[in-house]
Amino acid sequence: MDRILFGDNQFFGINHMSEEKAHQQAARFQDVGAIVDVLDIAYEEGIRTFMCTTQDRMIDICEHFRQHKDRYEGFKFFPCMPYAHKYANAVTEYGFLGALQRFLPSNSSKLAAMWKGGMSVAKRDVVGIAQLLIDSEMHMFKGLETPVIFLQNVATDFLLGLGFRDAFRIFADHVAKKYGAEPGFITMNLPRLLNVLEGLGFDNPIISFNLNKIGFRMCGGIDQYEKIIATRKFRPIAMSVLASGALRARDAIEYVAQQKNVRSLVFGASSKANIKETKLLIDELYAGRLTI
Amino acid sequence: MIRVAVVGLGKMGLSHLAILRTHPEIDVVAVCDTSGIMLNGLNRYTGLKIFSDYSKLVEKEPLDAVLIATPSRVHGPMVKQALDKNLHVFCEKPFCLDVAQGRDLVELAKHKGVINQVGYHYRFLGTFIEARRLLTSNVIGKLHHIRAEAYGPVVLRSKGMTWRSSKSEGGGCLFDYACHAVDLINFLYTIPTRVEGTILNPVFSADVDDEVYSTFFFPDGVTGQLATNWSDESFRKMSMQITIWGTNGRMRIDRQEIQLYLRDAAEPSLGLGRGWNTRYTTKLTEPVWFYLRGEEYSSQIDHFVQCIKNRSIPSISSFESALETDFVISKMIQDAGRSRSSDDAIATAPPQNLRPPRRFVRSIKSMFGHPQSN
Repeated sequence: MDRILFGDNQFFGINHMSEEKAHQQAARFQDVGAIVDVLDIAYEEGIRTFMCTTQDRMIDICEHFRQHKDRYEGFKFFPCMPYAHKYANAVTEYGFLGALQRFLPSNSSKLAAMWKGGMSVAKRDVVGIAQLLIDSEMHMFKGLETPVIFLQNVATDFLLGLGFRDAFRIFADHVAKKYGAEPGFITMNLPRLLNVLEGLGFDNPIISFNLNKIGFRMCGGIDQYEKIIATRKFRPIAMSVLASGALRARDAIEYVAQQKNVRSLVFGASSKANIKETKLLIDELYAGRLTI
Repeated sequence: MIRVAVVGLGKMGLSHLAILRTHPEIDVVAVCDTSGIMLNGLNRYTGLKIFSDYSKLVEKEPLDAVLIATPSRVHGPMVKQALDKNLHVFCEKPFCLDVAQGRDLVELAKHKGVINQVGYHYRFLGTFIEARRLLTSNVIGKLHHIRAEAYGPVVLRSKGMTWRSSKSEGGGCLFDYACHAVDLINFLYTIPTRVEGTILNPVFSADVDDEVYSTFFFPDGVTGQLATNWSDESFRKMSMQITIWGTNGRMRIDRQEIQLYLRDAAEPSLGLGRGWNTRYTTKLTEPVWFYLRGEEYSSQIDHFVQCIKNRSIPSISSFESALETDFVISKMIQDAGRSRSSDDAIATAPPQNLRPPRRFVRSIKSMFGHPQSN
């Protein structure tokens, strides 16, 4: 796995510190071309992995990369699914089953049978439905490299809270079998998730979580995180390293680099200067260190 | 351990359930819903005990508290049943569509001495808590205007299939978005004594309002305006902001930051200088034991638990404060009816250059009766 994973929040109007900034960015990146321009800069700087949410706008970005494969040798996508707002808004509008019906392929035989038979979703085929939902999210990445597929934190943490542990196994098995990919899990609750994954027998799982020196959104506390990173067997990926801009880049990355087992980190930026500067900083602070 | 049952397994109920199950002092002993699919699924994959009959749940299951997240229309009777059994109650917002019934429930909860809370989660956000503290310290001087706005992309086409698109079930932007805005005005300042010019308009919906506007009047000549619209696709998710003007400046608050403009610096201990000051959520947010969708959802549950354990903690979002919000909402509905009637009178001879009056708001009487005034 690469040291640097390029994130996508800046492209899709997500900023945890300022709604105003989020709006400005959403406006700047409303054309896919503007997003591709930034990805091109990242590529020129040597970044080869794009960790991205499976929202609808990614469809066009994927299409661009498919059509220009020769220009992006070695470029990989780490899809993060699902894009939660799509589902949350649909559940509000159509109800739970109505939403499900909208997101599953209409010609799906499993679904057709279920509706026809009027049988309980739960009794009948939770695994089958989960697989169909994963497939519908993965459709846009057809023909592109997706060596790791992540479950987004809102889904991971929801399932974690509910105690629906089998879901992690269902997800992992399907992405491995159908896409030849490794499963990854994004969480805001690392200690709790790691315990559960270990309990389920996951060996050396890939987990992406917030890691920043002010402990922002690190449930369980920064001390526990540091200890877990130092002592437990898993592949940690640091996110929200800059705490949404609350920290200076050098201080922020220095802190993450001190956590020796963290070999990959996610960062997003929109300008050439920022990308270049952050990449140089990471290269400098990680000089001579291994990746995973 | 506090034995809790979760009633209503829609979006909010499931989200609460996930948070409750991780709380070290809560034991979720059962869930209740009318959907067999949901119940069977949860039972099979999480081992939770399930009930499809609420009465049976509160009668048979030994409980300390219930969390009610059913459609708003049935909050009243369900809360009553729980209070009759001396249970602590956490109820989703809005509290009760019928103000008179809400008032009875406030009294009953007091009489029973049980902890009661309504899910106005914005009261638990770091930025709004800090804004309240700053207002109490009088940093912007004498307040003269408050504006509450909420926009988001919930209803973007005409077809709605859930209870949120049904007026009689308590659907609509008024009960979903505007009540949060009203409640925040109450949290930060107080409730208005009079409302005027209320507009409850559909944009796409057939049965409910999609946009709500109103003017509020407070004591001492303070005024307020409310604008909420849940049919605005330009927002990724619900966005709430409150702006408050005072004689010494202006404060703008959303979930992420407080922007404060001060004409004169505040007292030194507050660390706010003349001109622009910004405070970010990253510095204002207290850590929680479990995170799902936002710290505030966990904080409000923990507050409920702490209030049960220590009865002397004052409630941050009680039935009583939620009833005040319901009361303002009921006044807005009455006012919208009134505004439309006078609109209609003008419409008998519309001038050429004016647009015809907007759609009449349907009768609200069947739903609300006649709320008593405070």
